[in-house]
Amino acid sequence: MSKEAANKEVFLRMTKRDSISKRKAWAIRGIAVVLSLILCALIIVALTNDNPFQVYLGIIDGAVGRKRRFWVTVRETMVLLIIAVGLTPAFKMRFWNIGAEGQILMGGTATAAMMIYFGNAMPNWLLLLVIFIVSSLAGMLWGLLPAVFKAYYNTNETLFTLMLNYVAMQIVTFCIVFWENPAGSNTVGIINGATRKGWFRNIFGQQYVLNVIIVLIMTLAVYLYMKHSKQGYEIAVVGESQNTAKYAGINVKKVIIRTMMISGGICGLAGSIIVSGASHTISTSTAGGRGFTAIIVAWMSKFNPVAMLLVSAFLVFMQQGSIQIASQYGLNENASDIITGILLFFLIGCEFFINYKVEFRKSKKEVQ
Amino acid sequence: MKKVVTLVLILVMTVGMVTGCGKSDTKDTTKGDSSDIKVGIIYIGDENEGYTAAHMDGIKEMMNTLGLSKNQVIEKTNIAEDESCYDAIVDLADQGCNIIFANSFGYETYMMQAAGEYPDIQFCHATGYQAKSSGLANMHNYFTAVYESRYVSGVVAGLKLNDMIKNGTITADQAKMGYVGAYNYAEVVSGYTSFYLGARSVCPSVTMEVQYTNSWGDMAAENEVAKQLIADKCVLISQHADTTGAPTACEEANIPCVGYNVDMTSVAPGTALTSATINWGPYYIYAVKSIIDKTAIATDWCQGFADGAVSISPLNDKAVAPGTADEVAKVEASLKDGSLKVFDTSKFTVQGSKIEDLITKDEKFSKYSAYVSDGYFHESEVISAPAFDLRIDGITELTK
Repeated sequence: MSKEAANKEVFLRMTKRDSISKRKAWAIRGIAVVLSLILCALIIVALTNDNPFQVYLGIIDGAVGRKRRFWVTVRETMVLLIIAVGLTPAFKMRFWNIGAEGQILMGGTATAAMMIYFGNAMPNWLLLLVIFIVSSLAGMLWGLLPAVFKAYYNTNETLFTLMLNYVAMQIVTFCIVFWENPAGSNTVGIINGATRKGWFRNIFGQQYVLNVIIVLIMTLAVYLYMKHSKQGYEIAVVGESQNTAKYAGINVKKVIIRTMMISGGICGLAGSIIVSGASHTISTSTAGGRGFTAIIVAWMSKFNPVAMLLVSAFLVFMQQGSIQIASQYGLNENASDIITGILLFFLIGCEFFINYKVEFRKSKKEVQ
Repeated sequence: MKKVVTLVLILVMTVGMVTGCGKSDTKDTTKGDSSDIKVGIIYIGDENEGYTAAHMDGIKEMMNTLGLSKNQVIEKTNIAEDESCYDAIVDLADQGCNIIFANSFGYETYMMQAAGEYPDIQFCHATGYQAKSSGLANMHNYFTAVYESRYVSGVVAGLKLNDMIKNGTITADQAKMGYVGAYNYAEVVSGYTSFYLGARSVCPSVTMEVQYTNSWGDMAAENEVAKQLIADKCVLISQHADTTGAPTACEEANIPCVGYNVDMTSVAPGTALTSATINWGPYYIYAVKSIIDKTAIATDWCQGFADGAVSISPLNDKAVAPGTADEVAKVEASLKDGSLKVFDTSKFTVQGSKIEDLITKDEKFSKYSAYVSDGYFHESEVISAPAFDLRIDGITELTK
């Protein structure tokens, strides 16, 4: 390499930051949110020719403008939050669990099966209790499989969990054949629509209060488990370095299997909250990609429960809002996916600027 | 390129809607007051999908005829057949809609759920069958007698086959048609049987093969199934599936074809004969007008040529046999005045016997006694959804 080339300073220089103040990091994230909102506004304005403030009022109206819309937003936020909470232990352990979709579907399928076959066999509170247990077990099984193979044969958990998503989808498709209602629709329809067996009951006259209670309890429980229990500490050590863990006398195999059972179990429970507490049906779209969105929620929040709640709420808010925009301005419903995509792009992209410093080339004299 | 076309289409439609509304003020002939009526609709697809596009045209026709303005109609597109359709329906109810339509089969239980919770709002579900049995006074089903338009499109196909036999392209024995079906449901069976009966009414030697794609709309599968049928020596193709997959294959192989829902001449200019189509406008006008006039809506509604609810798309002069237009006019007239019944029991046999004989002799067929009387099968009269699922002689199902 010539001397000249070696001395030439690049126009942009990116260096990894050693540390960044909390305030600065949040400022960068704040700027990213503002920029993403501006870009969304520009795109919506280009499509609708309305002024951006009207458009944002439409989003607010769509997300929380009416009592029911507010509760739907809350319901969806809670679902996203509990999945992110469920993923937290696995990711803390650096176990790349991208199988939440499958774990949710298994939990949901177990829930639907309970509602269909045992709807009249027991009182509703008992049925719900059974549903919570069975759906958690189903999710647990779906988390256990890749964990055992990872622990004993060191298989790639990313591919394994991903593959199990497709297996779960096929199981749902298979069950739909038996549960189809009405015949010929290829869907299950509302389960126990008349009797409401296995449905969450209203609390304080609101349909989704029980969802909120369960999810918040689980969030708190996982937070305490991760922060203040011995097992939680073991997970963190295994995640940092398996060799260190072994040296410290931690049974790594056991931790991997136990942690994935917890992770899968919570995702399975999320499936029951979706089926019993919201949709009252099962289909291959029951998880609806939320198992993947929750990964982003968990990582972006650095596994902080309050941050996870805020990020989930923000994403769902924009999604519900853009559904309203779509029907208000005659746009396709895909508009909502576009908006979510833009938000995620900015929110994930800004992490780069938190981890790296970007410097421009300084004047030539300094280079010499 | 496709995106540009879509954008232009959207623009044209928007302009169409705006000008349509402008005109509507003078057209308002209703006796009631339509200004405080609000209409909600949820669609399974959007304007890019033939079935939903036909519904959207019907809604537009209703708006123009009854003089509803754009902000009196709320349309929600691409609603999945799961809890999101319940959310969409109750959101429309919360927005003050007086009447809510839904256009896909799988919505029915969700709509019934909503209908139970909002007894003052009218709910109308296309292609469903549970309104009557639900016991809800505000739940309604609607469909059209599309079997009539399929029968007429079958006549067009039969005349084309006769023409091919006359020209020596095929012999009378080689007159075999292929049918790309979606699922083995009554709706599809009723459709292909009426198409076949239409063809056989003019070309007695015709036979037909049916193959299913197991999807209402799968471009690649429909294209593939059409190619297989053509390889199996089918000389004319028709379809009960939503895309242009089959006509595209037919145009490549130079095989005449009959479409569904939309005019297929854009993809098969040299081979598309016509398409059996549904006009949803008459129902939407009827139902919304009932709200305005404060009259009851029928629990089951099903109309055909007589009310203009079905038709065939313009005949493609490049492809149809000479004299087709005259014959079509004759058949349509006799369907309108009721002198011609599509499922005339003297015109078909099942396992070699007449259906009336089977009903009395064979227990398996006794359930059809509710439908068969006065020499014909009363399709869509007991409930609006199709019920004819007999496999008649002359048709072979290649897949089940």
